Amino acid sequence: MLGVIIRNNKTILLRPSFSSAFRQFSSSAKQMTVRDALNSALDEEMSADPKVFLMGEEVGEYQGAYKISKGLLEKYGPDRVLDTPITEAGFTGIGVGAAYYGLKPVVEFMTFNFSMQAIDHIINSAAKSNYMSAGQISVPIVFRGPNGAAAGVGAQHSHCYASWYGSCPGLKVLAPYSSEDARGLLKAAIRDPDPVVFLENELLYGESFPVSAEVLDSSFCLPIGKAKIEREGKDVTITAFSKMVGFALKAAEILAKEGISAEVINLRSIRPLDRSTINASVRKTNRLVTVEEGFPQHGVGAEICTSVIEESFGYLDAPVERIAGADVPMPYAANLERLAVPQVEDIVRAAKRACHRSVPMAAAA
Amino acid sequence: MSLLSRFASSQFGSNILKPTSILSSSQRRRSFSSSSDETLTIETSIPFTSHNCEPPSRTVETTASELMSFFRDMVLMRRMEIAADSLYKAKLIRGFCHLYDGQEAVAVGMESAITRKDCVITAYRDHCTFLCRGGTLIEVFSELMGRRDGCSKGKGGSMHFYRKEGGFYGGHGIVGAQIPLGVGLAFGQKYSKDPNVTFSLYGDGAANQGQLFEALNIAALWDLPAILVCENNHYGMGTAEWRSAKSPAYYKRGDYAPGLKVDGMDVLAVKQACKFAKEHALKNGPLILEMDTYRYHGHSMSDPGSTYRTRDEISGVRQERDPIERVRKLVLAHDISTEKELKDIEKAARKEVDEAIAKAKESQVPDPSDLFTNVYVKGLGVEACGADRKEVKATLP
Repeated sequence: MLGVIIRNNKTILLRPSFSSAFRQFSSSAKQMTVRDALNSALDEEMSADPKVFLMGEEVGEYQGAYKISKGLLEKYGPDRVLDTPITEAGFTGIGVGAAYYGLKPVVEFMTFNFSMQAIDHIINSAAKSNYMSAGQISVPIVFRGPNGAAAGVGAQHSHCYASWYGSCPGLKVLAPYSSEDARGLLKAAIRDPDPVVFLENELLYGESFPVSAEVLDSSFCLPIGKAKIEREGKDVTITAFSKMVGFALKAAEILAKEGISAEVINLRSIRPLDRSTINASVRKTNRLVTVEEGFPQHGVGAEICTSVIEESFGYLDAPVERIAGADVPMPYAANLERLAVPQVEDIVRAAKRACHRSVPMAAAA
Repeated sequence: MSLLSRFASSQFGSNILKPTSILSSSQRRRSFSSSSDETLTIETSIPFTSHNCEPPSRTVETTASELMSFFRDMVLMRRMEIAADSLYKAKLIRGFCHLYDGQEAVAVGMESAITRKDCVITAYRDHCTFLCRGGTLIEVFSELMGRRDGCSKGKGGSMHFYRKEGGFYGGHGIVGAQIPLGVGLAFGQKYSKDPNVTFSLYGDGAANQGQLFEALNIAALWDLPAILVCENNHYGMGTAEWRSAKSPAYYKRGDYAPGLKVDGMDVLAVKQACKFAKEHALKNGPLILEMDTYRYHGHSMSDPGSTYRTRDEISGVRQERDPIERVRKLVLAHDISTEKELKDIEKAARKEVDEAIAKAKESQVPDPSDLFTNVYVKGLGVEACGADRKEVKATLP
């Protein structure tokens, strides 16, 4: 909020000096947890369209394994909120068949690790059907649930599937970070006529974010395929999605104190990937750090790096840095788990490397 | 060689060839007339065997015109599949081609018992099912040859025929996947309060799939109008049923779900069973129909079909149980038509198939831009790339 005063034909710009007013403003904005954001999005979309229904383990009477579907069974009844047996292959196939018929299912996986039991239906029955049938069979389905690492749940319950699903044509893959993301992207996913994989994060469910009146409106929707610049900067671009956006923002704070202005991009959409926003940012900053919790090989960061090399090679002043989970199955012990996932200091270090590459490579030999 | 000698002596081989009585006691001899809506009652070859339910009567009501339409339809399908065999050998059809000749009575009998609002879903042996649901020969041959006039515009191929407006949901390549999908269609019907059912067809090979039991469990719990139809042609690719199923009594495998074993080579038995199944499913939830049938061809065009079964067995079935021959005998016995007329019908079918192939051959291959269509319903203006992304790019509408 800069004021402009014109006096005697001279233009003087006023710097804003009311930071306390800003703080007051933000505290009066409503706070909403990601959990409530998802719940309200489901509620509103089910209310708006009778074809939308929810199915999954414990979504009904248990109110949701993570309480995301709390209150929905009571409100919409057992015909629209369906508790399934623990049979992912079967119930996912049933969900896809219902979508073939023209309904709009939301299939919940208790975690995306269990989606592997159903992955044939996600890929071969859902993603490819519109193409194979030349447009006759569309699949307006949403597969949602927590993805990636949680806390202390071990190797079989901590896998990130962003790059798995992100590689598949015919799918749309979304990864919300904030409550605004959760509401806007879930509503967009449910309204979208194509199969959408919606990757939530268990540790974000309880986090609160400010939400404006616009976000709270039942017609609120975010576009699929568009990233958000969470923080503008000019020295280095940091891309992230889901929980890592929070870490990237913290890293940007630390970097700012050291004179490095980081631009943080919240991808929001893994597929389609917003290549133009990413490339425009790198063309501005000339440096890139990609951040993800999942495994590095064939990961989201690898795709972003290649995209930037293909479209903006001449703009890079340093090699692309990649921060990702460690190349190991997730260990249980807390200290090892901490080493297996990116921490804020990893992002800071990588950004500094990207910014301070003053020593030529040959000289290092 | 030892495997084949096992066939000769085993129960298995002889069961397939078990002769079924074509003309049993109660037939009405009527003088030849053109009145085709007079009801005929004909007995099925054998009585139905049931599991957890009362079987329907083996006396089936039909009409002269219905029997003639059965004959016509099955003859056309037989011709179509044989023609596809030739096209495949001429390399005009590529990849996989799974032929249905021998099994025609299942598709035709089922269609006669249901409406287009009932849904049918099957695996990859789908050419005849597609035809039954309103598809045309030109769409079949064009699709098989990868042309733009194919039912999937050339983008699906043999295993991916669909006709949504006819209630046909494919055409699926992954063994067993179509079963939960079909139960999902039934869910959709119940959710939408449509008084209709879904038939999910699968083979004896797929009958052991875990997802079948998962889907059946949910169908039974949620009372869905789902009918699972096992087209038991006794071989899952090269593996005979006794080698893949501890219990090859597929109609019993539903446990709590009722089941019916049906002579799948008898189109009237199939019709009766499907009629019974539809009524049952709408009131009482899912059940299983096991159609005892046979495929003359191998599993696909890559399989000669004679390394795991004897030529005697194949010709034996053709002689004793062929579905078309069965209807021919019925039609002649009831004076509905003459040998000559039936032969003319066969000639006409051959001509129709040949003309369709000629037309299909004229159809163009899809436009290269079709590489990128239908990836999404709503492409959001996203870019998709060809093999060389600097060379070939498209914007998805």
